[in-house]
Amino acid sequence: MKCIVVGAHYGLMDWLAQRVTAVVMAIFTLIVFAAMLGGVLGSREAWQSFMSNGVIRFASFLFIVSLCYHAWVGVRDIWMDYINSAALRLILHAATLLALLGYAGWAIQIIWRL
Amino acid sequence: MSELTKQRPKHLALHEIRQPLAAIASILHRISGAGLFLMLPLLIWLLQLSLGTTQESADLFRAVAGNWLVKLILLGLLWAFLHHFCMGIRILLIDIHVGVEKAQAHASAKAVLAVSLALTAVFGLKLLGVY
Repeated sequence: MKCIVVGAHYGLMDWLAQRVTAVVMAIFTLIVFAAMLGGVLGSREAWQSFMSNGVIRFASFLFIVSLCYHAWVGVRDIWMDYINSAALRLILHAATLLALLGYAGWAIQIIWRL
Repeated sequence: MSELTKQRPKHLALHEIRQPLAAIASILHRISGAGLFLMLPLLIWLLQLSLGTTQESADLFRAVAGNWLVKLILLGLLWAFLHHFCMGIRILLIDIHVGVEKAQAHASAKAVLAVSLALTAVFGLKLLGVY
């Protein structure tokens, strides 16, 4: 049977976003890992100059946004799977969303003011 | 009553069911993700201290990162991140139809568990200052 996708997207966008954000985070992880092998964690100065590099700041910004979006989809899935009460689930969804928005703002201002 | 709606006995005592490795790796993916989410404030705070330009933030970073309880939590989060990372790659590969066969899927689940534990040991010993 062919499924005709109309108004609702049946979670397809979330599914795709989960993959795209995962790839962004994986690439950034490998960049940091390579830098680590290059001794970027050796001193505070080396770490700070690495993180204030323009390209790295661009990448770490994308990492933070990806992380928060990825966590939103993942944690929301956990609530949907285990919390049967609609009222409690709604509260947890809202709390998760607000916490992640706050974390994103907090983390972005840390890397952006460097 | 049709074949599909027939009442069958349900046995959902999860602890009594022998879970295949892929199922264990899968639930650990969820648990590690949840753990990382819950500890995000600690990780962002450490990022803030590590990138702070004042002497106070440098001292505080050293004190916090040197605390044994924090080290223990970071060790757990290190495993959580590595497991989530490895399992994520497995999921992405299965998405593009790589390793879907039963034997391959079993082998990749085993590899995820082993590689993430091995990497946790490598980075964890560094974290604990063994080398």
